[in-house]
Parts: sequence; C-alpha cells; structure tokens
Amino acid sequence: MCIGIPGQIVALHEKQPDHAWAEVCGLRREVNIALVCEGISEREQLIGGWVLIHVGFALSRLDEHEAQETLAALHVMEEVEADVALFLGAGEAR
Amino acid sequence: MRFVDEFRDPKLAKTLIERLHKRAAQLPYTAEKPMQIMEVCGGHTHAIFKFGLDKLLPPQLEFIHGPGCPVCVLPMGRIDACCEIAAHPDVIFCTFGDALRVPGKQGSLLNARERGADVRVVYSPLDALKLARENPQRQVVFFALGFETTLPVTAVTLQQARREGLTNFSVFCQHISLIPTLRSLLQQDDVRIDAFLAPGHVSMVIGTAPYHFINTQFGKPLVVSGFEPLDMLQSVLMLVEQVCEASCKTENQYRRIVPEEGNVLAQNAIREVFQLSGSSEWRGLGLIEASGISLTETYSAFDAERRFRPQTQSVADDPRSRCGDVLTGRCKPHECPLFGTGCTPHNAFGALMVSSEGACAAWYQYRYLENEPAQEQQEMKQKVAG
Repeated sequence: MCIGIPGQIVALHEKQPDHAWAEVCGLRREVNIALVCEGISEREQLIGGWVLIHVGFALSRLDEHEAQETLAALHVMEEVEADVALFLGAGEAR
Repeated sequence: MRFVDEFRDPKLAKTLIERLHKRAAQLPYTAEKPMQIMEVCGGHTHAIFKFGLDKLLPPQLEFIHGPGCPVCVLPMGRIDACCEIAAHPDVIFCTFGDALRVPGKQGSLLNARERGADVRVVYSPLDALKLARENPQRQVVFFALGFETTLPVTAVTLQQARREGLTNFSVFCQHISLIPTLRSLLQQDDVRIDAFLAPGHVSMVIGTAPYHFINTQFGKPLVVSGFEPLDMLQSVLMLVEQVCEASCKTENQYRRIVPEEGNVLAQNAIREVFQLSGSSEWRGLGLIEASGISLTETYSAFDAERRFRPQTQSVADDPRSRCGDVLTGRCKPHECPLFGTGCTPHNAFGALMVSSEGACAAWYQYRYLENEPAQEQQEMKQKVAG
C-alpha cells in the first residue's frame, strides 16, 4: 500500500468533481484528485500532468522538471566517471 | 512505464555503484564494522531484495531493514478485534489484501471468512464507501491502516462519508505515525543505526522538516529516497558523501514527488479527522509513546470500535519468533529459528512474513531460494556487470 503508481490525468470526471480519469499503463482508472489541487485555480490544469496514485487517490503531482534534473545529474556523473576512467586508462597505457 | 523505467537504467546504476565503491573506501567504516543504513520503509526493503541492491553495495555499507511496513507491526490482538467485528452477521468487513493473512491469536481475517464472516478485499477505501452506499441495510467497516501515506486517504474518505451522511460506514483505525517510531528506535540502547533512508511516500505527505531532529538531536544523516534502483543507489551515495564530508543533514533525493513542505491539503485533512492518541502497541517493538492515532470528536461516530465494542485484547508475541529483533536490525531474517520452517509466506507465523513488504517475506522470496534468483535481480546483475 506504500508504493504509488505514476499515472497521467487524461480527463476530469463527468459527474464527480473530486474525481478524474488517469491513464496507468495504458488503462484508464478513476482517481480521486481532491488532494492535488493546491495552487491551481481550475482543475482542468491537471489534465496532461502526471500524478502519483496510492489506493485510488492522487497524492502528489509529479514534477517532470525535477525528474529530468535527477536523471540529468546522473548522466553528468556517468560522463565524468567515463572521462576519469579514460584519463586513468590513458595514463596506464603510457 | 514512464517515470519508472528511466530510474532503472543499468548503465547509470553501474556508474553509481562504481562511485559508491570509491567513496566508501574513504569512510571510517570497514567490512567488519560497516556503516549501517536503515531503510525505514517496507517499499524500500522490497526494492532492495527485488533488485539485489544490497549485493551491489561496497562491503563498508549495510542495509538494516526498519519497521516501516504497517502490516508487519500489526499486533495480534488488533487482528483478533477485527475478526470479532467481522463476525457480526450484518457487517461487511473491508481490508487491503496485505492484511488478509496476518495471523492473530484466533487466526487471520481469511480464517474468519472461512468461518462465514463477510470479509472483502478492497483496493481503495472508496470501494468500501461504495459498498456502504449500495448496502444500506448492512454495516460496512473499513480496516484503516498505515502510516502518513494512507492517513490522508482515510481522512478524505471519512470527510466524504460525513458529507453524505452515511450512517452504516465506519473505520477500524490502526493508523500509526512514523516520526515517534523513529524517535523510539533511536532512543533504544543497543540499536546501531548510522544513517537513514527516509520513506519517500510518507515524506510526500509530511514534508522534510519533521526529520530534522534526527540530524540535530541524534547526529544521523538522512536522505528522503524514491523507490527505484537509481533512486536508492543515489540516496545511499548522498548519505556516504555526507559522512565523508562530516556533515549531517536532511536531504531530498525524491524531489520529483516530495516537495519540502509536503502535501498541505493532505496535512489539513489529517488534522481535521485524526488526532494523536497516546501510546500504541507495535508488534515486535512493544508500546511506542505518542504513535497511536484515533478519530477526532467530530468523526467519532465513524469509529468502528465505538460502534461494535470488541474486547480489548493484548496478546504477547511468541517468544520463539524474533520479529522484533529483525525489525530493529539486531538479526537477519534467516537467523530466526522459525524462518523457512515454522514460518513461510504460505503459512506465516510472524507478520514480517505476510506482507510482500516485510523483510522476512522479501528475504524468503528473493534470497532463500538462492539457486533460482528472481528475474529482476538476475537482469540487474547481468546488466550492471555487462
């Protein structure tokens, strides 16, 4: 129950204002969005965005920029490590 | 899956592991006396075993599997009380699947169902609410358990039930609070924890500020971590870097999900519906002060224990099992005399063996049958090696 699943909000619910439709692994699931509306004026703004879903509730809006930043930092680390390996490798060859 | 697969990239994992090995060599820890990192959350424990992350760590580092699996710390007496309520002929008792097979003294909820009780597994408390609407002549009870991740979910469900004026819906509240638990762990004498990986999804609700006392009062570094292999390896590296630099702070590796302030709407919902209610009994750990949670006066009409008044049951843990020692990092799952013999996932004696997030179940699934390691583990190992 502690593991969340990322899903993309694709539409608001026609009848229930606190609910929306999220696409999770290609399937449409009904989710409660009452707890992810902080700081937005219209619920339509959620459409297209990603949320983390726990037991039928969206509990966090996934920050795509931060996700990219985390991965970018890891890629930089990879490049640096590769450079260091190359440098050390070249040193050994001499 | 997007936002999952990218965080399993084996090339990046390999880079992280190499960096970890280099940095760990500079630590004041050794293979004999490793730096013990407690992953508090059962979700992290499961990921460690699923991907074999502990085997990829340098010898100076060791994971200690903490108490953060709500099913695993469920006292037997509470299950007995649930079974007693479920046995009422007009009750539909709803539970998450994880709790169905947790043994009480009088058996599990599954056993209660075999005896004729109407016990149903739900995916969400909203499913239980729906059952209450559809069955006005029945009493629907939802078994609400979990840390701060599931607390706001129960809170919003109860707010909804109150708005609708549902009188045949109630919750059996077994919610618990994480922070008092960490404090209690740190106050024990013989538990040696050097650093913490904090649970990403509890943190998504409570934010990062509640952890600061771990740095200031206990001098332990902490990193809020995501659940994918790259998240966890990066978080471990951040802890190692902190120790190398002699710093001690709360850092947030899981920024894509965890804002520093947490989820304010969720915090407000929790405050309206729940209150701290003194000490709470934890399986394997005993009583923990200020960790229990009950409904506020406004919502007390939805309290299943008030409605059905089950007998208060206090059941001592069986002295043969070492659940408490596993929970506090004093022993590994396979060192318990019952592991794999008297206690297996199919016939669990202790709760750590029931939930897939329990350290014993994870060990059994991914480590016990060493000759057939899980596919994910093998793949990860091959990719990292290649």
